Amino acid sequence: MAMTDHAPRFVNRADQKLWFERIPAPWWALAVVLLFLPVVANTFWLFQIMGWTFILGMIGLSLMFLAGYGGMVSLLQMTVAGVAGYMVAILGTSGTVTVSLGLAWWIVLPAAFLVAAFFATVSGALAVRTEGIYTIMITLAIAAAFFYFTRQNYTIFNGYSGFNLVLPPQLFGVNWRDPVPFYYLSLVLAALSYGAVVYVSRSPFGLALQGVRDNPRRMAALGFNVTAHRVAAYALASIFASAGGILLVWQNAQIAPGTIGIPAAIDVLVVAVVGGMRRPLGPFIGAFIYVILQVFSPDILGFFGFSAERFKLIIGLGFLAIVLFSPDGVLGLWDRWRARRRQQDPQAGGGAA
Amino acid sequence: MDDIIKRNPLRSLVIAILIAVFLWLVFSPWPPELVARWGRKQIFLNALLGGITLGALYFLVAAGFTLIFGLMRVVNLAHGSLFLLGGYLGYEISSATGSWFIAFPVVFVVVGLLGLLMQRFIFAKMEGEELRQTLVSIGISIVLADLMLWLWGGQSYSILAPGFLTGPMELPIINSINASTGATNWLRYPAVRVWILIAAIVIGVAMWLVLNRTALGMLIRAGVDDREMLAASGVRIQLVFLAVFGFGAGLAGMAGIIGGTFQSLSPGEDTRFLLASLVVVIVGGMGSIIGAAIGALIIGVTEQMGFVYAPTYSVVFTFLIMAAVLAFRPQGLLGSRR
Repeated sequence: MAMTDHAPRFVNRADQKLWFERIPAPWWALAVVLLFLPVVANTFWLFQIMGWTFILGMIGLSLMFLAGYGGMVSLLQMTVAGVAGYMVAILGTSGTVTVSLGLAWWIVLPAAFLVAAFFATVSGALAVRTEGIYTIMITLAIAAAFFYFTRQNYTIFNGYSGFNLVLPPQLFGVNWRDPVPFYYLSLVLAALSYGAVVYVSRSPFGLALQGVRDNPRRMAALGFNVTAHRVAAYALASIFASAGGILLVWQNAQIAPGTIGIPAAIDVLVVAVVGGMRRPLGPFIGAFIYVILQVFSPDILGFFGFSAERFKLIIGLGFLAIVLFSPDGVLGLWDRWRARRRQQDPQAGGGAA
Repeated sequence: MDDIIKRNPLRSLVIAILIAVFLWLVFSPWPPELVARWGRKQIFLNALLGGITLGALYFLVAAGFTLIFGLMRVVNLAHGSLFLLGGYLGYEISSATGSWFIAFPVVFVVVGLLGLLMQRFIFAKMEGEELRQTLVSIGISIVLADLMLWLWGGQSYSILAPGFLTGPMELPIINSINASTGATNWLRYPAVRVWILIAAIVIGVAMWLVLNRTALGMLIRAGVDDREMLAASGVRIQLVFLAVFGFGAGLAGMAGIIGGTFQSLSPGEDTRFLLASLVVVIVGGMGSIIGAAIGALIIGVTEQMGFVYAPTYSVVFTFLIMAAVLAFRPQGLLGSRR
């Protein structure tokens, strides 16, 4: 699965338009739809489906950033999100008063981001000691170790039961766990993360990272510090994952080892691969498909006479099909379909029906 | 040996002292001061032996994993699922036929066949695309895990060991000396664990012999070093791949029976043993059987010792060992740098 042909399109100085003129029309349509969704959608759609999609998409986005631009498929992103979520629960308020410190939100949130970034940087520094396929194994091992650690440690992580009643702060008099505020909060954070990834991918750092992905030896010969770029990518990706993790804790109002277990870590990979790991939009599409399948699988499965618990089977088979037949995900399918249409169009115009 | 000692006199001395202390801890009765600080000797010995037998089980799972990776560069993340599948099948067969032994060849063949099919129809189609193979193996593990949950449910199973393996046996290690009578208490330990350890050693030695003393082993070692060259010299390398994949999968399946006998089988065990294999081969070095044995021993003993002496932090020790190996020797203790 070579992820090599994503090159940023440089715009000529001569025909450079204003930044908002360069955004194609479908994006404006999507933005309008997302902004006005609360007018038509009910709270279940806003809170459960869209909120979860944005959260999963952001965590998937951090994986996409590492895998698509850095060539490092990290199964660690759910763990990074979990570290941030746990920090919010431990430093802030929760139902477990014996462990939670109950600090103010303006200490808790930066601290959560910082601790998660530190964790991601150290783990990333370990993971980049080796290359290629080892990354996936090392990150999986770290993720599993953290999961077992949170499950057996009661002094810091409150073991098996974790933390419940972890609620967002009541800022500006708004209850951020109400469906509409939570929807907008997650939408804004997801959009910011998306924009950040697009921006970084075109920045000198992002271009150097893609160079490191394609040919580390040549980049090293050109004087780039390959290891530093990779570790920095882990640190940067941790921001998106942390934002997703904190939102996830607020949405569920709880966090437990099960939230960050191996199945969850693999779900993030599934989301990113199914959506497509070449473009930042992929994880969000993958997350939407995943959430829709998860939420509606009881109905679909019941229709075919299966038990509702076979949801994982559908996800697994779908994932296998995507990996076997379209390694660049749903977005890859879409790209190929468009390319074929474009090839056929002139023929169609020439009357060859 | 002499040469090494001459070149590193200090390090050799430290190692010799450590070994002597360790042997003394194991074989002599503990003085009361030590018991007061560390607890009874039996706890230490049980943790040590438990760690060694757990290491034996880890070795059986990880040996196939490391061979498959070393030869084919396939990171088979469905390896833990093969372990669990082997365990469930072994449970069904041994409870249906009443024979514990008959389960081993049957499970070896069935799970090995599944491995052959995976290699022949999936992994061989995407040779060289390491990431895609890994993703496919993740997909297979998700599907297998859910199928097994469907068929066997969420409860835990345990396989009954045959009569002569149940109950304890005495080992020639002093447990304690009764202060009033002066009688020696020898350590009693579950017989099944001792036999598992012996079986793992036999299998490990057999694998080493096959790898180092037979024509097939020569092909496999040559393939680990340079498979393109081996293929170019006329060897039908796909057959070698099939043999290794089938053997590794079958071994994982048999390990599942053993795991089900002295621990239990439930959903989630597949990830636990996948993680164990990952850490074992990261520590021991990819593609090295001896490395897998050493790694399995280290991880097994660390896990059990941590479990006994620092229960809430035992996973951290395992992780720290992995981190230390990655930091100072990224290719693993016995791995070769490629």
